[in-house]
This record gives sequence, C-alpha cells and structure tokens, in this order.
Amino acid sequence: MAYFEDTYDIVVVGAGHAGCEASLACARLGFETICFTVSMDSVALMPCNPNIGGSSKGHLVKEIDALGGEMGKNIDKTYIQSKMLNESKGPAVHSLRAQADKQEYTREMRKTMENTEHLTLKQAEVVEILTEDGKVTGVKTFSGATYHAKAVILCTGTYLKARCIYGDVSNYTGPNGLSAANHLTDSLKALGIEMYRFKTGTPARVDKRSIDFSVMEEQKGDEKIVPFSFTNRPEDIKREQISCWLTYTNERTHEIIRNNIDRSPLYSGMIEGTGPRYCPSVEDKIMKFPDKNRHQVFIEPEGEYTNEMYVGGMSSSMPEDVQYEMYRSVRGMENVKITRNAYAIEYDCINATQLKPSLEFKQIEGLFSGGQFNGSSGYEEAAAQGLMAGINAVRKLQGKDPVILERSDGYIGVLIDDLVTKETHEPYRMMTSRAEYRLLLRQDNADLRLTEIGYEIGLIEQERYDYLNWKKEAIQKEQERLETTHIGGKKEVQELLESYGSTPLKTAVSLAELIRRPELSYEAIAPIDYEREPLSEDVIEQVNINIKYDGYIKRQLHQVEQFKKLESKKIPEDIVYESIHNLRKEAIQKLNAIRPVSIGQAKRISGVSPSDISVLLIYLEQLRR
Amino acid sequence: MKTDTIAAIATAMTNSGIGIIRISGERAIPIIKEIFRPRNAKKDMEMVESYTAHYGFIEDQGEVIDECIVLVMRAPATYTKEDVVEIDSHGGVIVMRKILELVLRHGARPAEPGEFTKRAFLNGRIDLSQAEAVMDLISAKNEFAMESSLKQLRGSVKKKIEKLRKDIIHQVAFIESALDDPEHYSVDGYGEELLKVLRPVEKEVSRLIESSSDGKILKEGIKTAIVGKPNAGKSSLLNVMVGEERAIVTEIAGTTRDTLEESIYIHGIPLQIIDTAGIRDTEDIVEKIGVNKAKDAVDEADLVLYVIDGSKELDENDREIMELVQGKKVITLLNKSDLEKQILTSEIEQKLNGPVISISAKEETGIDEFYDALKEMFFEGQLEFNDEIYITNMRHKTALMNAKESLEQVVISIENQMPEDFYSIDLMNAYEELGFIIGESLEEDLVNEIFREFCMGK
Repeated sequence: MAYFEDTYDIVVVGAGHAGCEASLACARLGFETICFTVSMDSVALMPCNPNIGGSSKGHLVKEIDALGGEMGKNIDKTYIQSKMLNESKGPAVHSLRAQADKQEYTREMRKTMENTEHLTLKQAEVVEILTEDGKVTGVKTFSGATYHAKAVILCTGTYLKARCIYGDVSNYTGPNGLSAANHLTDSLKALGIEMYRFKTGTPARVDKRSIDFSVMEEQKGDEKIVPFSFTNRPEDIKREQISCWLTYTNERTHEIIRNNIDRSPLYSGMIEGTGPRYCPSVEDKIMKFPDKNRHQVFIEPEGEYTNEMYVGGMSSSMPEDVQYEMYRSVRGMENVKITRNAYAIEYDCINATQLKPSLEFKQIEGLFSGGQFNGSSGYEEAAAQGLMAGINAVRKLQGKDPVILERSDGYIGVLIDDLVTKETHEPYRMMTSRAEYRLLLRQDNADLRLTEIGYEIGLIEQERYDYLNWKKEAIQKEQERLETTHIGGKKEVQELLESYGSTPLKTAVSLAELIRRPELSYEAIAPIDYEREPLSEDVIEQVNINIKYDGYIKRQLHQVEQFKKLESKKIPEDIVYESIHNLRKEAIQKLNAIRPVSIGQAKRISGVSPSDISVLLIYLEQLRR
Repeated sequence: MKTDTIAAIATAMTNSGIGIIRISGERAIPIIKEIFRPRNAKKDMEMVESYTAHYGFIEDQGEVIDECIVLVMRAPATYTKEDVVEIDSHGGVIVMRKILELVLRHGARPAEPGEFTKRAFLNGRIDLSQAEAVMDLISAKNEFAMESSLKQLRGSVKKKIEKLRKDIIHQVAFIESALDDPEHYSVDGYGEELLKVLRPVEKEVSRLIESSSDGKILKEGIKTAIVGKPNAGKSSLLNVMVGEERAIVTEIAGTTRDTLEESIYIHGIPLQIIDTAGIRDTEDIVEKIGVNKAKDAVDEADLVLYVIDGSKELDENDREIMELVQGKKVITLLNKSDLEKQILTSEIEQKLNGPVISISAKEETGIDEFYDALKEMFFEGQLEFNDEIYITNMRHKTALMNAKESLEQVVISIENQMPEDFYSIDLMNAYEELGFIIGESLEEDLVNEIFREFCMGK
C-alpha cells in the first residue's frame, strides 16, 4: 500500500562507496539527506579486492580527500598494509595502495555515516523514481513508502537486476549473496533512460590454514607509511602490518582451464554482459594469452580477525569442481579449502553519456548518479563520482553552478569527462595513461590542486585551508631561494659533486640547477646549501619535484593553457545543431547525443572533425555578437 | 599543438610574379627576426613600427634563400587582429616553399584551410554577414583537404606510417602496462631496449622527412600524360625530363606497376607524370596498348605531352590519339628531329590547341624550347594545380618533424636517466603527430593496445 513517509532534501540510493561519499557530502553541507541501502550491514562493502588505491586509483583517493571526501580517512583508519607502487618511477606514477581490513572498513564508514548530522541511513529497496514535468520529486520504496526530495542520487552499484554466476549455477542476487534490486531498472527505463548490462567477477576466498605460505614469496608493506588523507601524519597511523603472498599459476592450472573451457559460462554464452578487459578472469587470461606459461597469484588477507584470504589474479566463473581443481594446482594451495566460490556478476547500469559533467541526467532535472551504475568499475572510481554527484546535487539546491573538474584539474576530471563524453562499452577503470596531464596531476599534490575548491564548496575546514596556504607559500619561497642562490666551485662543493659522480663546476650555478641533475636532489645538496632552513617533508617533496622536472612540467602547463582555451568556450544548452548547416550529418548526430558543454568537450567526441569544431566556433561567435 | 602561430603561402602558386608568405600569431615577429636579415644591419625587426616595409634577405643558417620585402603589421590593427608578417618574394614556387618551410621550422604551423579568415572573424575583424561565407569556406576546404590528404597519400607511405605507429604504441603500451600493474610487468632498465627500437623508427621518420621535400609523399603537381604511338620516343623523353632536373623518380616497392607515378620539377613547375609504367612498357608490348593506355591517362590529365615520331608520316593511330586529346591542354613534341622530317605540322596545328615543338630526345635538342613553352603555359595561368595538395604535404612534413622532435626528446630522457614514465609522454606525442598524416586520431588506441597485448589484472 502506498503511503507518504517523509520529506528530505536529498535521497541517495545505495550505501556503497559512491553512496557513502554522496550522502556525507550532502549532509555535511547541511542538507537533510536519507541514504537507502539493501542491508545496514553492508555499508561501504568491499565485495571484491581487499585493497584501496593502486595505480591511478590511489590518485583518485587522494583527490577525494583533498576535496573533503571520506575514503582516504577511512582507509587510513583501517589499513593493514600500505605500499607506494612505482617508487622507482617518476613522481607522476607513484601510487599509494593499502590493504584494508574489510570488516573494519565497513564498520568505520558506517560509524561515520551514523554519526553525521543531517544524515539518515535506512534499509529499504528503492523501486521507483518519482518525477513531475521532467523534474525529480522523490522515490518510492518496495514497501510502498514515498520519500519526497528535491534531488535524488543513484548509486546502485552492481545491484540492479544483479545475477551471480559460476558454472551452470546462477542466482539473482547482488554481490556476496545480498539481495539484488530488481525493480528500479523498469522505473528508469520508463523514464527513458538507456540501460546497459555489464559484467564483472571476483576470485574465490580461501581458508588461510589450508595454505602453505612457506613456498610463496612474502610481500611486505613499506617501512615508510604515506597516509591517504592529507589530514594525517605518517606517525599518527603507523601500525603493525600484515603480509600478502605471491605464488603463480602453472601449466597444469592452464591445462585444467583449457580442458574445462566449455563449462565456463563466459565461453558458453550464458553470460551476456560486457566484462572489463583489465581485470580478466583467469580463464580469459589463459585463452587470450596462450604464450604466457604462468600468471601471478596474490594471496591477500581479507582482514585482521578472519582466516579468509583473497586469491588475487584468479577471478573466475568456472563451476565449483573446476575451481577446486584449478586453485589446488597452484603451488602452496594444493590442499586449499574454498570458503566462498569465485563468481561472475551481471548487473544493469546506464550509458553515462546521458549525464551532464555535473553527473545530473540531461533529461531529468535533479536526478544524479555515481559509481558503477554509471558504467565504471572499482571502489575508488565509484567514491569519486559519488562525491561529485553529492556536491553537485547540493549546488543545484543552492542555485549555484555545478563544480566540474577539468581534465587538467585531476583524475576525477578525467574520469567523469571520459564517462560522459565517450560511450564506454565495458566497465571503465581509471588508468594513468588516460590522464594526458599526469605530470601535473600527481598524488603528492592533490591538496595543492583541489583543496581550495573543497574549501569553496564548504567541505574543507578553515584550519586545513590555512595550512594549505601556508604550504603553498613555503614551497614558492623555497623554490625562489634555490633558483636565485648561486654557488661556485669551492672545494667542498666539488667534493660533494664527485661523491655523487656528478661533473664538477666550472662556473657558478644556481642550487636549483644542481638539483636538476639526474644524480642529485634537494636532499643530496644539503651539505652545500648553507642558508637552508628546516622545512616540513611535504614542502620539500614539492620543491624537489617542481625543480627536478621543471622542463617537463612547463611543457605540460603550456599544453594545459591551450586545452583550457577550448574548455572555456561554452556551448549554450539550447543550441540547435541542425540549424548549423555546415556541420556534417555525423557530427550533428554525435553532438546531439552527447550535447557537450564546451567546445573542448565537443572536440573529444569521436566523429566530430576539426572542421566541425571550426564551424561551431564561428557559429558561437555569431551568437555572441 | 605546439604553437598558435600560423603560416601559409597566401598567393596562388601558379602565379609567379610575386608570392606572399603570410604569418599570423604571437610568434610572427620573433620568427621574422630569426630568419630575415634586413639590408640595414642596425634594424631590429622586433622594434620596427607597425605597417612598415623592410628590404633584406631571408637566410637559412647564413645561406641566402631569397631577397625580399617584409611587411610588419602589429596587432590589433591587422586582418587577423594578431601580429602579422608578410614576406614578398619573387622567387617562384620553389623559393616560396623554402621560405615557408623555414618559417615552420622556426615555430609556426601550417595554417588550416580558411584559418586566417577564421581568425579574422573570431577576433572580431570581419563582419557578421561574412560568417556564413567563412563557414562555407572552411567546411568546403576542409573536406577537400581531408579527402586529398588521404587520397594523395601514397599507399606505401601510409603503410610505413602505420607500421611506425604500431611500433611506437606497442612500446607505450608496454610501459603503461608496467606502470598500471607494476607487480606484473617491470620496466627497470628498459631504456636501453627502447633505444634499440627507437633508432630505426627515428631513421625512418627522417627518411620520410627527406622524401617529403621531394614530393614523394604526396602525388602532387600538374597531372601530366605523355602519350603517343609506340616507339615515338615517350620513354626517352621521360628520361630526359627526369635526368636533367633534380628530378625524383619514385619507384616504391609494393606499388603495382600500373599505378607507378613520377614527380618531376621542370624549372620549379611540379609535374606529376601519370602512368609511367605504361610509357615504359610500350617498348615491349605492341600496338594495342598505345591507344588504350593513352585513353585512361588522358582522361585524368591536366596537361598532355603528345609525342610524335617526326620522321614518319601521320597514320590512323595518330589521328585516333589526336581525337582523344582534343580539348585538353596539349604540347605536341615532334621527336627525332635528328632524322629527316616527314611530318606535316599543319594538320596537327589545326586539330590541337597548343604549341608544336621539334625536339630530339636522343640528341637532347629542342628541350629548352619545350620547357619555355611549358613555363609560358604555367605562368600565364593556363595550367593549374591545386595548392591545397601542396599545403597538405606541408602539414605532413610538419607532423613528421614534430614526431621526430618528440622521438629525440625520448632519447634525451633516456640519456638523462629520467624515469620510464617520461618516455611515454613524448612517444605518445610522436604517435599522435604521425596519426595526423594518415588521418587517424588518438581515441582509445592506447588503452586498446594495452589490453590486447598485455595481460593485466587483479
């Protein structure tokens, strides 16, 4: 029976990584927010890998934190191992990754959610989006209750019409056996929203006691801890770390898979959804890369107080008996006991080109969405979108312009721009190669790039903002000092250079020039930098990077300048492309489908040519006059 | 997009009187300072007043290319509302090209079709009523440029560029895979290996740059058919034309003999000889080819060189050919003037519109008269070829040079022991530049390559 339940400012559907960030952002900005979840016990659930961060995903988490999101703080509280990936590479690709205690992660996030003012967490399945005249007015739950709201944020993750599959077993459930959301899709379709069906998968979990770690390689965490959150200092979060373990598949494993490939639902055609290429099942790896005679398998703890281990690298949807056989063929896993089977999961999501860069639906005012629902994959990608959807839902209610991060502002900008501009046909994963200005978008400078924006939005407290400004100034001063302090070929200097295998000085040079030499660094020249004053580590890091990679950074800054010129040329929302007769047909069709907000975005649409862009520019200039 | 200063030859290239090279953008004046030596050595081109003309020399590394007049116009009172420099040269097509190339080397990029006008409009110079016309111009010209860019690109060049791009993207994909999934792939010490791959790539790009100066990349020039009966001396004529000039004969492996074409410059006039294979083959293959082959060639041609054996009388075949070439621009060459003349020129003059010249390909006499006739037709504007094609070629060359620069930058990064992720930045630039030539953009290439070639995943 339908009845009226309550009124909120904002409804968030789903309490996964996107839903949590969205809810927290809305509530913290003072808007009454209700967040629906299918299970109160599965808030910020990590149904797949037990870690946060990693290449480019670590960047996202840092950016979320810099804007005032929660993910970084939450993983800092609950990590059991921390590692900086790519340390030997350039600073742009240093990536932080932490193993999480999954239970703790969930518990801490739930605690934060439950204790946030203006936020209500509620267990119920949302089955209908209510609209009036193309404007969202609220939602209806399975029990018939109606919740009025001015904005609704969809963060349904992998739950929409979810179906878990392994072998010939298939269940209409969400991840981890949680109940799926089977009704909302129909309501969305009735609103004219185009749906896709995607697929992803997860490996088995196994009993720690059944594994022989003595034949595996131990993977320890880093000695030096780098927190995800800029609000934490390394010493604040230092703790005992737990190891992961490395082993390999072998010919025997591959043979088992090959012999049973006809029983894989992926290959038998039982699974229709489009899967991601970057996180293939082990059967995909074997079939697509027959030349590789082994693949890595990472055994990762699911938490501190559980014996369950995650078998990284062996995601599968093979039947249960084959799973046993193949896992047991791996060295150190000969007697392994599976606690949860590997499975593939299919779910409904949207074609994200239906969204504006603010993550609001173009056709339905006040309806926003974030996370896997938008066709992305990964906890971090989800959280980033959730945060932005939350922020922009609030901005909408405040009557302010949306906050749109550009591709040159951060990975979040790249992520959302890709999703809403380029139609993706598989779950979208962040990668550093997708960021064209990655030298500028480093994990170490996310605060310098974004915290000011977070402050303007209202998610960053004054104290943090004051620190940021102090830090900026300190960096600039120190750089200037190093550029203008010159040093000659004194004996002490030459000796130091020699000890680093560096060419001795013939004429005086600036200290900055010395730092730029590949074999030297800010630290290295400390003994000959007589006027140096002690500075905090985060300042030193920036100074060193800015000076060392100066040439490259300047080149990218120049590219960004060019890029911004086109981004700042906005296209009016009511533009009628058909009336511009010099546009090619294909371009008109594509432009109508995406309805880009700027010339820059239009340029990134495949099928729009440079001459179409010229024509558009001239048309806009005509309008302007 | 390295710079936003654009340059182009502003006058039609058929007209040899005076040619103007126009440069617009913030680098316009610095560039002219770099390449122009004013007669008055004390003059600083960056300091001269707006709307002033200066006499002097365009020089490339101390070598004088041309004597010319340079016009400096400062923003905003110019056509584009940007700094504009015009170089007036009298040097003809070849010299103008050289100057333009020099300008491009110094940091301008070739203007897109209609770009000066586009800038003029966008910068508020020209009237609203002209906007439609500008758009028409841009879309029409771009369509042509895009089409011609691909059509004119030689098949083998396209293949070469595709191969180069493939080599490059594979390396980038490997580096990126390793960065994205460092636990699966390692790029430690990868620089050395990359150098081995890059050296041949760089060499090939350099070779393409060289050949683009010779017009080997694009089939450009006045489409010219050499027709005549077997044994009239077409082949010998071609050899004379090819041999005498710094001509470029391109026999690119992989092209079928049927499509073999040669580009020749005769006193700076670019000729694209159609179906040279046909010409050469006629010596072996008998009668029938003469007319049939000629028919196709003539249809396509802007200029016909009709070779007749002057030591024989006209016969049925000759009359057939003459019928074929009627209405075309024709230069009739009475070959074998070293032998006794048998032919009556009156019939030819009656039927064909164009000069009739006696030559001996064997003795190489009469060739100068032939060239003079050719020049006359060209410079009087009777013969035209599309300069869009030439500009396309320039764009290709610029893209190649940019690609080369990016590759060199990679080498520098390797030598300076920069971390591996720096390599892929410049490698991607090179990849993108090469893509401009074959009309392929970046899109999702890299991501696709990563997934196709490297096994990623948790």
